[in-house]
Amino acid sequence: MTHGSKDADRVVSVEGLARVEGEGSLHVRVADGVVTEVALSIFEPPRFFEALLAGRSYLEGPDITSRICGICPVAYQLSACAAIEDAYGVTLDNRVAALRRLLYCGEWIQSHALHVYLLHAPDFLGCADAVELAERDRTAVERGLRLKKVGNLIMEVVGGRAVHPVNVKIGGFYRAPSRSEIGALAEPVRRARDDALATVEWVAGFPFPDVTGDYHLVALRPERGYPIESGRVVSSRGLDVTPREFDSLAVETQVAHSTALQARIDGEAYLTGPLARYALNGDRLPEIAREAARSAGLGAVCTNPFQSIVVRAVELVFACDEALGLIADYDPPPAARSAVVPRRATGYGVTEAPRGVLLHRFELDEHGSIVSARIVPPTSQNQLTIEDDLRRVVEAGLELSDDELTRRCEQAVRNHDPCISCAAHFLDLSVEHS
Amino acid sequence: MNPVSGPRGRVPTRPKLAVWKFASCDGCQLSLLDCEDELLQLSAAVTIASFTEMSSAVIDGPFDLSLVEGSITTADDAARILEIRANSAALVTIGACATAGGIQGLRNFAADGSYTSTVYAHPEYISSLATSTPIAAHVPVDFELHGCPIDRRQLLEVITAYLARRAPVISNHSVCEECKARDTVCVLVALGTPCLGPVTRSGCGALCPSVNRGCFGCFGPSEAANTPSLAAELRRGGSSSTDLVRLFRSFNAGAPAFASESTAHDTRV
Repeated sequence: MTHGSKDADRVVSVEGLARVEGEGSLHVRVADGVVTEVALSIFEPPRFFEALLAGRSYLEGPDITSRICGICPVAYQLSACAAIEDAYGVTLDNRVAALRRLLYCGEWIQSHALHVYLLHAPDFLGCADAVELAERDRTAVERGLRLKKVGNLIMEVVGGRAVHPVNVKIGGFYRAPSRSEIGALAEPVRRARDDALATVEWVAGFPFPDVTGDYHLVALRPERGYPIESGRVVSSRGLDVTPREFDSLAVETQVAHSTALQARIDGEAYLTGPLARYALNGDRLPEIAREAARSAGLGAVCTNPFQSIVVRAVELVFACDEALGLIADYDPPPAARSAVVPRRATGYGVTEAPRGVLLHRFELDEHGSIVSARIVPPTSQNQLTIEDDLRRVVEAGLELSDDELTRRCEQAVRNHDPCISCAAHFLDLSVEHS
Repeated sequence: MNPVSGPRGRVPTRPKLAVWKFASCDGCQLSLLDCEDELLQLSAAVTIASFTEMSSAVIDGPFDLSLVEGSITTADDAARILEIRANSAALVTIGACATAGGIQGLRNFAADGSYTSTVYAHPEYISSLATSTPIAAHVPVDFELHGCPIDRRQLLEVITAYLARRAPVISNHSVCEECKARDTVCVLVALGTPCLGPVTRSGCGALCPSVNRGCFGCFGPSEAANTPSLAAELRRGGSSSTDLVRLFRSFNAGAPAFASESTAHDTRV
């Protein structure tokens, strides 16, 4: 909803930004053509996960933290596993680690397909939602739904369930799937890879506003391959640290306008997610994904946040291709999990949720009880950068009509696929000009 | 509080479906979007009048069917659910948060105020109730669909039933019967694994026992759940009071049968 004019006390406001996961609000004030105030407020009712984890068993860590987010439960489960396994000194069998990576590929495919087709694409094509989009381009929406379904299928076969999988256990899994169960995934995932390639081609043709951000990009970088479930934390400004060091560097502060904490590194905003992963690990993409990126016109680094949808589509190609490799190589591990011996220790786990870096820190005791937990979700880390993007978008778009500017602001928020349920679902957007 | 981004431009002659979120993880409403094979068909049968996660179009009420996810944890939300109820011909709650208070309902068992200060340096900025309560504690509810998360096939059955003006066919028996139906060996009897299956409502398809894991109660207590009898059996198998409190006090901690059982073993009380 917009009102006002382009003159001095112009006010643009939207109550409730849709097609994001969670509830928050946003306020932008403009004086003499300069944005003087931006606040991304998150009103999602807090659920106090860090508090309710205290005193629970380490075995419950993955199951309880997965309930932070129904869209990326595997990210929570596997960051929790990484932290707890770090604390207890557990080493995973390679075959178990490969199965974890396959499970995570399923979540990337599900979450990226959801965001690209159902949440973000309608913005570029002037539709309210995927249903309206389907009235114009049913083939595209059906392709998106097929992709999403294959992501869910992988999670069901490996994890037992698509939302809040049940099969992940500290040390590995409760049960390792059989060779034939995993093998049956090959054909659907091969078709999904074709759909992902078609997705890159489709989104590459969208109209992109000419905006670029000077981002501090932060992502994981593992020893081999594109980052998903492990790695050191690296950045476009030379950061290269362990998960434990990252826990000290990412400092969160609380502001009155948000139930999500805001993270900074050295006092500055930074950005995690697809743009960061692509810029810092593009060399690790398989040729099929690099070729798709080149055809879509992407360079080695993409800093136009509106083009994040293209990068996300390239990551869909990667995730399908990676899953295919893992399926082909699958060798059922002799034991579904490693032995775990509780001890008094603190562990750190960082993985790449579809929307960015997710840090968990668990302090545990020798009886296997959780003493304390710290969880830093991607949207807490991206919150300040989203505010910076809004400032850029408004300043670059002052000539736009109120309606157009408002729509572009909403789109700018969705560029980073914020998961507000994670960070703490209402985004009330208001842009004030004075 | 209705998010409004302009009218959809379609005349709502079909039944109006709305989806609402309170304190939750979004996973149960995602289950609707996870009906990949039925979503476009469903959206042709109903007018999706309000579903913030999926659409920026909003059509005013009244609504024929409201699906409500999440629990009540703030004073604003306690007021908002009254408005939604007044605007809805039928109101169905979906998931453990909406039907039992959710995992965030663990605060109901904690000392007052201790939760906020663990997470936030400035608890004074946070307006949150000391309790997390199910929707039915605030307004009359026409049907409760359980699960953490709900099962999407059950969700489709509930929507279909309301559109056809008949009662949903959702079973109330226990997970044990699902194990028997799929020939899963009993993890409690054969392996001695603590399992809530005998007292937990079916609906998931007995997923956990099928991966050699004990049921941990995602769908809440089944009808006439004999929790004391199961607890005694688990104690004989070596479960401690702490184990029993944890087992009964998770995603459906606030469901009466589980709440009383966990309290019975809580040595702090």
